[in-house]
Order: sequence, then C-alpha cells, then structure tokens
Amino acid sequence: MIHQFKLDGFCVVLDIYSGAIHVVDPVAYDIIALYQNHSAEQIISIILERYAKDEDVTQEDIRLCLSDIESLIKANKLFSKDPFSALESHEFKKTNTTLKAMCIHIAHTCNLTCDYCFAKQGNYQGADAVMSYEVGKQALDYLIRESEGRRNLEVDFFGGEPLMNWQVIKDLVAYAREQESIHDKNFRFTLTTNGVLIDDDVIEFANKEMHNVVLSLDGRKEVHDRLRKTANGRGSYDVIVPKFQEFVEKRGGKDYYLRGTYTNQNIDFTNDILHMLDLGFRELSMEPVVCSPDDEVALTEKDLPALFEQYELLGHEMLKRYKQNDEFTFYHYIMDLNAGPCLHKRIAGCGSGTEYLAVTPWGDLYPCHQFVTHPEFKMGNVWDGITKPEKIDDFAKCNIYANPTCRDCWAKMFCAGGCTANAYHTTGSIFGVYEFGCELFKKRVECAIVLQIAKGLHVNA
Amino acid sequence: MKRIQTIETRDLIKSLATGGCGECQTSCQSACKTSCGLTNQSCENDKG
Repeated sequence: MIHQFKLDGFCVVLDIYSGAIHVVDPVAYDIIALYQNHSAEQIISIILERYAKDEDVTQEDIRLCLSDIESLIKANKLFSKDPFSALESHEFKKTNTTLKAMCIHIAHTCNLTCDYCFAKQGNYQGADAVMSYEVGKQALDYLIRESEGRRNLEVDFFGGEPLMNWQVIKDLVAYAREQESIHDKNFRFTLTTNGVLIDDDVIEFANKEMHNVVLSLDGRKEVHDRLRKTANGRGSYDVIVPKFQEFVEKRGGKDYYLRGTYTNQNIDFTNDILHMLDLGFRELSMEPVVCSPDDEVALTEKDLPALFEQYELLGHEMLKRYKQNDEFTFYHYIMDLNAGPCLHKRIAGCGSGTEYLAVTPWGDLYPCHQFVTHPEFKMGNVWDGITKPEKIDDFAKCNIYANPTCRDCWAKMFCAGGCTANAYHTTGSIFGVYEFGCELFKKRVECAIVLQIAKGLHVNA
Repeated sequence: MKRIQTIETRDLIKSLATGGCGECQTSCQSACKTSCGLTNQSCENDKG
C-alpha cells in the first residue's frame, strides 16, 4: 500500500508497510500513480502526452524511472505487501497485554469549571472524590505485580485537578521510589494540572520527581478565559500563566508540555500557539476538543478546510523558526523517521484496557480515563484485579485490523487505529471509527512528514 | 535516481525481528489524552 500527496511544493510517496518515504518530482509522482493499473507502454504514452511541453520527459527517461520503481519494489520500499494480512485482529496483542501504564485519578474534583471538560468539571458525572493513600498504594502494588517483564512503568496523576490531592501524590511517589529497587522497576511520573494551585512546593517536588508535566493553557487570554473558568465564572489565565512560566523556567530542561484545547471558538488555533511562544513556552500541544456533536463548542466537518489550513500554517511557522535557530516542538509533529516506533508498536493499538488502565479514586479499574463515565466498562479493582477478563479480550482485539476502514487506511501505521474512547463515543462501539478525528490526524501526519523533509533539505543545503 | 529521492527511515518490516520489547511509552500517556498517535514516540531501544 502506498499514499501519495502534494504539499508545499513537495510530491511525496509513502510506502505504508516498510515506512519508506520518497520525495519525487511530478513526473515520477504520476508514473507511480499509474504503475499498478497500467502497462509500461500505456504509462509511457500517458506521460508523454501529459508532459508534451517538457523536453526532459522522453521515452528513455520514463523507462529509466520505471526501472527505478522496480528497484524500489524489489528492495521492499515501494508497494510493499502487508506482512499481517493473513492474521486475525486478536492475534496481534497476544504478547502485548502486560500492564505497564496507569492513569491514577487522584482527584475527581476540580477548581475550574471548564465548559468542554470530558471529565464533566472533574467528577466524571459522579460525586466529588479524592483518592486515599491506601487506594493509591494498592494501585501501585497492582501495577508492579502485573507488569512482569516490563521495567519502565508510567503513572499519570490525573483528575479532575490532581493538585487538590497533592500530599497523597507526594506520598505515593515516595512509596513508588522505595519499590523501584526492590522490584527492578523505573517509574516515570506525569502530572497533568490546570495550574491554579501551583506553588513553590509543587514546583520543587514536581521538577525533581515528575518525568513530564502537562500544563493546561488554551492560548490567548480571551480564548483561555472563555472556557476555562473558576466556579465564580472568572477566567484563570492571569492566575496560571506566571505560575507556568516559573514552573517551566525551573524545570531544568526536563520534559513538559503546554497543552491547549481548541474548539469552534478558536478555529485559528495557530494564533494560540504563537501566543504560547510569545509567553516563552517551547514544548507545545494543541488538541481538538472532544465532546458531543450537540455541544455549542463542538467542531464539525465544515470546519475541516479551515483547520487543515491552520495545520499547514503551523508547519510553515515551525520551519521558519527552525531555520532561524528558534525551534519549538508541536507534539503531533514530532516524528523521528530513523528511530520511531517498531512495527509491533504500530499495529498494537493505543494499549487501553490491556497495557494501560485507569484507576478511580475508590480503586475501580477502567480501560482508560475516558471510559470512567461508563460503568459498563468497569473491569475490576485494585484489590481483586481484573474481575471481567472478557473486557481485556475485547480491547486486545482493538487494533488496525479490527475493522475494514482502518485496514484499508494509509495512516494506520501512524495512528495504530486511533482512540478507542473516541470511537466508542461517536459510534457506540470500541471497534468503530471516529472519522472526524481521522481526517485531522491524517492532515497532521502529512504536515509532519513534509516538515521533516523540508528540515532535512535545509540541513543538506 | 533522477526523479526519486528516498528519505532514510526505519525499516518497519525489518523492525518485526528486532522490536516488540514493550518498554516504550504508552501512546496516550504524554500529552494528548484525547487522541492516539505514535509517530511522536521514540523507540526505547532504537534497535533499527
């Protein structure tokens, strides 16, 4: 399978199964498009007619290009075959169901009332709650126990707003550090916060212990304050921005992401990314809102052309700043072409319900944080473990071969089948396809690839 | 090749033999939490 696209003057051909990327000229682009359904003589005739005004395009030249294409096919770098087409979808995860990551819902309560929150203002449509140390300790013990053979363990302190239960986070981190040497594990903690309660203690502790921090800011003040409000309706921008700046300044180069959400209220989200840059942040993420189509801030298909344009603008800005030695990171445009994920990772799906579980404040286990509002997805608890193993079996079948849409999609090796929760929320099935999200994802992949190509050409110029 | 330039990338089919250790980051765990992408992740072992 291949995928061809043109963007920013580049003609690109992706070979999906090998991962090869070819930058071609328009003639080769057209020849490759014709290759599988036309004979050599037919291709020569079509190309000579199409490029009649181009003296460089001769019969000999086209035959040479066809020969180059055949060489790439023999090298398994073009039109490479699907190595898994004969396997059933459930066979892919047989070796990948070992638990290694946990989203700990340390607080189902929040000090903001963001209108678009999928956690429904922090409490996931339930009562406000915070996790006790004992429940958290049981969760960590469960993760250690169930992660046999895995050394790197990821724990995200999530909410609601995690800093509303800060002391328990500190105590749990201390407990995990004690357990690391006993069990030969390496905990990587992430803290996701809205920033309101950040103080010197949080900055000092998190910058020492948190492998990553995710700081929620939507961008420009008017954009952020429109939806990210306190209980009394006031915006939170002025409170959190100085705290985030101090937090990041003292982070000493450790990982962080300034993470925004865009909605139909700020389709021009590139301006929010530029604002984040103006504030001094360089590690950025901006996500499309995930909410009901009926929500007043929901994105719809009619927004796609404008959003595609924004993603292209963002790529241009990143390239411009790269050339000026003022590079910044956009989460979805990170792409290490030489050392990215292996094929096992790419076919295995997101890991929800198998490698990754969410734990509620009272110790129940769910496939991921986005399923916590659905009691039917409860899989067990941190004391008894998985009490509904059939749920794991369901999620183990979720991957790029689970439905024909994914199986036939060129982007499957980049998204691993997408977000199971989004699929469920839009189609009612974890095996469904969140088509709107797919369209945005595919555009981001194309922009990210072209950015990598343009950066490479700049380096080699 | 006159009209085709191939960018150096990790050979995914070859990675079948060397990959699969499972030590890499879970896709959703870093920054998004509302989508799934994995090209932005690194291989822990970079085995090629």
